[in-house]
Amino acid sequence: MDYSSFLQMTEEFSLLAVMVILLVYDIFAGEKSHRYFQPVALILFAAHTLLTCIPREAFNIAGGMFQYVPMQTYVKTILNIGTLIVLLQAHKFLNDDSNYIKRGEFYFLTLSTLLGMYFMISSGNFLMFFIGLETASIPMATLVAFDKYNKKSAEAGAKYILSAVFASSISLFGISLIYGTTGTLYFNDIATLFTGTPLQLMAFVFFAVGLFFKISLVPFHLWTPDVYEGAQTNITSYLSVISKGAAVFVLFTLLVKVFGNIISDWQPILYGLAVVSITVANVFAIRQQNLKRFLAFSSISQAGYILLAIISGTALGMASLVYFVLVYMFSNLAAFGVLSVIEQKTGKVQMTDYNGLYQTNPKLSFVMMIALFSLAGIPPFAGFFSKFFIFSAAAQQGFYVLVFIALLNTIISLYYYLLVIKAMFLNANENPIEKVTSDFPAKISLVICTIGIMIVGIISTFYNQIAVFSFSM
Amino acid sequence: MNFLSLFVLVPALMMMGLFVSRNRKQIQFVTATGATLLMILSGVITFMYLTERAVGNVAEMLFTADTVWYAPFNIHYSVGIDGISVAMLLLTSIIVFTGVFASWKIDPLPKEFFLWYCLLSIGVYGFFISTDLFTMFLYYEVALIPMYLLIGVWGSGRKEYGAMKLTLILMGGSALLLVGILGIYYQSGATSMNLYEIAKTTIPIQAQYYLFPLTFIGFGVLGALFPFHTWSPDGHASAPTAVSMLHAGVLMKLGGYGAFRVAIYLMPQAAHELAWIFLILTGISVVYGAFSAIVQTDLKYINAYSSVSHCGLVLFAILMLNQTAMTGAILQMLSHGLMTALFFALIGMIYGRTHTRLITEMSGLMKVLPFLGVSYVIAGLASLGLPSLSGFVAEMTIFVGAFQETDTFHRVLTIVACTSIVITAVYILRVVGKILFGVIQDEHHKHLTDATWFERISVVTLIAAIFVLGSAPFWISNMIGESVLPVITQLAK
Repeated sequence: MDYSSFLQMTEEFSLLAVMVILLVYDIFAGEKSHRYFQPVALILFAAHTLLTCIPREAFNIAGGMFQYVPMQTYVKTILNIGTLIVLLQAHKFLNDDSNYIKRGEFYFLTLSTLLGMYFMISSGNFLMFFIGLETASIPMATLVAFDKYNKKSAEAGAKYILSAVFASSISLFGISLIYGTTGTLYFNDIATLFTGTPLQLMAFVFFAVGLFFKISLVPFHLWTPDVYEGAQTNITSYLSVISKGAAVFVLFTLLVKVFGNIISDWQPILYGLAVVSITVANVFAIRQQNLKRFLAFSSISQAGYILLAIISGTALGMASLVYFVLVYMFSNLAAFGVLSVIEQKTGKVQMTDYNGLYQTNPKLSFVMMIALFSLAGIPPFAGFFSKFFIFSAAAQQGFYVLVFIALLNTIISLYYYLLVIKAMFLNANENPIEKVTSDFPAKISLVICTIGIMIVGIISTFYNQIAVFSFSM
Repeated sequence: MNFLSLFVLVPALMMMGLFVSRNRKQIQFVTATGATLLMILSGVITFMYLTERAVGNVAEMLFTADTVWYAPFNIHYSVGIDGISVAMLLLTSIIVFTGVFASWKIDPLPKEFFLWYCLLSIGVYGFFISTDLFTMFLYYEVALIPMYLLIGVWGSGRKEYGAMKLTLILMGGSALLLVGILGIYYQSGATSMNLYEIAKTTIPIQAQYYLFPLTFIGFGVLGALFPFHTWSPDGHASAPTAVSMLHAGVLMKLGGYGAFRVAIYLMPQAAHELAWIFLILTGISVVYGAFSAIVQTDLKYINAYSSVSHCGLVLFAILMLNQTAMTGAILQMLSHGLMTALFFALIGMIYGRTHTRLITEMSGLMKVLPFLGVSYVIAGLASLGLPSLSGFVAEMTIFVGAFQETDTFHRVLTIVACTSIVITAVYILRVVGKILFGVIQDEHHKHLTDATWFERISVVTLIAAIFVLGSAPFWISNMIGESVLPVITQLAK
């Protein structure tokens, strides 16, 4: 066997190299050189992001187990940038006395989940896909329970692992049925053999549930608020952006590439899920007082919006989806970044704590405001463009009613986003949160997010670049 | 880069200037310079437009420019103006200019106030110069969101309620609009989101039947179409002076302008078929707004309801679907914009002195505030349609146009709408009589001081504009009239 073809998996090998270097560094470095662990890790990861951001020619290796198309490079780069931002935001948290010793684990676990997602994205076979999915899930549960002496965090970890395993096993059951009816696990073969017999439809539904769980669509969302609240804020943001972003991309490719024959069967399913996810999550978000839970519900409803891009099943929808994930990453990470900076300093996460924040922390309030406006889809911020494009992609296929329902929901979502803005800018408070100075890495991360939100929409290069490769998919 | 984009660029530069300015003096300098520049710019544009037309350029849109923005969706950044846009740009510049002087001493946080104010004006200017559906919608939304913070932070009374109500209802309107726009684009089969490209195609009539109501109501919400007008009284009453001026003066005109440009222009068949439903609604707006104004006791509420009535008249005239009435509609937009801005400016100034807006608590103010008092009377007279002031020209044109439709339905509605003139007189004269004349009851009111220099600049500019429009309307009504023609041709198809 010719092993040299493996070397074509540059993204995966590069990430693996970073992980191994960090592992060795963490184990063998002395007390003194350990101080540079985080800067070195961040620089290495940034270098990895830069080196692997150029798309290559499409190829298949390992007999079709691993399929690469140029679009994947964009998705992986988006995930890399997101992870980098999360790591920057976690910098201060990891320097705390209680976590200092666990920094190596944090990086290793985070990057393992990322590696899992890489494989999930590039897989060409259901086994490969399942291994990727699990590699992405299990370290995630450890991360959720990272703060093991905190009851809530431990509880969240248990909840996450139980629901994740449950979801994966259902998914695995679906995969076994798919194998049973088609006799193969390779995507390309299944695409032709999948004709939509009742058993195959059942297999598809079982399989898809696992991914719906990852994306946390209603009614598979019940773990989300509790896990988001219990986990450490930076991990929550990782969970809500990176893990979700990878899963929606995979869902799209699978639905189109593998289950393209039964498009008329999965479109109604997604239709229903989109309507329910957006509406239920929005209604629940209105009542939240804890900002982490609030953002959890907001991210569920955003996942519902993403389905509008998926349901179209077109190249336009694919480009819009990747673009939406990019914008969503910047916006959500900006919101979580502000949250984590304030939480690390003061421990406050309630909405009432944010009353009058603008008086003492104008810059943080400003970042939070544009992040929320972008999530709500208000121009000139990038969120407006990404929403418009997914609506447009769905409308192109004639889903006007769905677009209309989603749009009505944007009014509800604007309401609850405005509640936070109202708290920061309008509500009076005798003793607002004191002046918080964020540490340098967190500042960089917030600046990256802010610039991203400001320019990704107005400058069309980003979308057009993505669109080029989505049409060749 | 087309020079029309300067209208968007100048406010953007103002925002940058504001961002670096450190004290009130610098803020005032930046905003006053920027606003003056915008005034000059719109004057120059008007002049250029008229010369271009005089030498015989008959293109629908002049000074067009087109840059591809998002190629996969055929979204272009395209700009261009016709007589109607020129009129609207002039109006916007006047209101922005006077608004800056009306909020010369805004407190607290002047810097943030003007930052949002400039963003708002970017939205408005951008909307009037765009000819691409997406760009138009983008600017429309840009204009909506600063309102929340402007009202919420700097407003008065039930400001949080008013701000939230206004934002959510207007967002609801824009949700309808977005579906409408996407529908228009995909159903027309056009390969561009440009208005004039889409106008060349024909949208299937079945699609028009649901797209026309969507777009018309979408824009109508901003134009205070009954029963979607309820944001207007609460929003305007709690907004700070300059924001009320800009919102009632210009932003509400976005509704009429959009309904005219998008709904009627692109879907003429449905406009013919469905106009009657919306005519009834606008008829209700006109009369209901006027009657509501009679019973209000808060000056801002009176003016807000009168805006509902007058803006209803704009939509009413557009739906008459003939050239005279449509010209009248655009004139009414101008006239109402100037009048209502003047009203809100004066109310703000009076409120700043008396600290009350209830007409029951004021009387005899003419003696202590002669300048403001006389200006208020002028605004009132313009509002009830005194010849030589702008209101007369606009309403006259509208009703002449409306009477050209000879069937019973249109006749009856026209007569009903005409009664609003009388009702307007009732509430205007009642207020003038109550607060300006009579004996001063409140001791505190005896020591009030009249308008300061910056307030005078704002008031005098608006009154001058009202006089110009009222006494020499022909150049502007010709300019508008010939730009309405393409829509009339489209309707005759």
